[in-house]
Amino acid sequence: MSTRRSRLTLPLPERDHIAGAPDAPAALVEYGDFECPHCRAAYPVVEAVKEALGPRLQFAYRHFPLSQTHPHAARAAEAAEAAGAQGRFWEMHAVLFENQHALEDEDLIRYADHLDLDVERFARELAEHAWEPRVREDFLSGVRAGVNGTPTFFVNGVRHDGAWDVESLLEALVTAARRSA
Amino acid sequence: MLNAGTPAPDFTLHATPDQTVSLTDFRGHPVVLAFYPADWSPVCGDQMALYNEVLPEFRRHKATLLGISVDGAWCHAAFIQHRKLRFSLLADFEPKGAVARSYGAYRAKEGVAERALFVLDGKGTIHWSYLSPIGVNPGADGILEALESLAAATRAA
Repeated sequence: MSTRRSRLTLPLPERDHIAGAPDAPAALVEYGDFECPHCRAAYPVVEAVKEALGPRLQFAYRHFPLSQTHPHAARAAEAAEAAGAQGRFWEMHAVLFENQHALEDEDLIRYADHLDLDVERFARELAEHAWEPRVREDFLSGVRAGVNGTPTFFVNGVRHDGAWDVESLLEALVTAARRSA
Repeated sequence: MLNAGTPAPDFTLHATPDQTVSLTDFRGHPVVLAFYPADWSPVCGDQMALYNEVLPEFRRHKATLLGISVDGAWCHAAFIQHRKLRFSLLADFEPKGAVARSYGAYRAKEGVAERALFVLDGKGTIHWSYLSPIGVNPGADGILEALESLAAATRAA
């Protein structure tokens, strides 16, 4: 029988959406699903952690849509990527979590309009599923790293299996940062 | 629990109320057996929901995934429909847990299967097995690694 340790298969390369300094000593990666209620609950937690650690934290968000359970999750992830292509990933990320129960295509296009995106381009990329491979790539990288549901957090590359309230995450991140220093 | 190198015990179980499946039906290609305690675990993104999403990767290796619990065929049918699962769940229902016992993956005290994974080769030999703590979704990374090492071993043979 084998034993396994869950680690990230990808580090934080240029491909990730990263909030904060890319050389910050504490790295938090979340695999999330815009239609998952637990990820919705984690969203303000992560915001608070970002606020508390400031420049000492880099945060990356990767997509892990459970499409059979959450029929709008993959589309919402593609919408975040389409916004990201226009430099507004994090703005869309926030809007999607704040409007979790309105994720139809027409809602997504409305949000793009609110964010002053090039709506025509956004709608075209959505219609063509331009970002579907990218979302799937995120998903598979998660499967490889031992993501088993959402949200799953990694602290400096190691899966965080403990609680993910603000205090627990802060403690894990500060400890990891101290170790890497 | 049965380990790698052991012949996988054969079985015939109900996949639907009027249809049975035998392990020997799948000779020639890998089989993934996922024993789990019960249908209807109250979380989103549970083990079976995750496997549903990863199914295309299993199929790339021509592997068949079979979920097995002690729930009855009607219960499985409702669960499959509710979670939109695209693979078979087998009912280890009568005699209860007999197949799980034969794999050493039964919790007699609770009367449910362990959360145990087996990857079988095309000849029905266990290539890899993994016992997860009952409360922890073991994910799919171990299965994918096992399918890859099995493919590599088959190529080398």
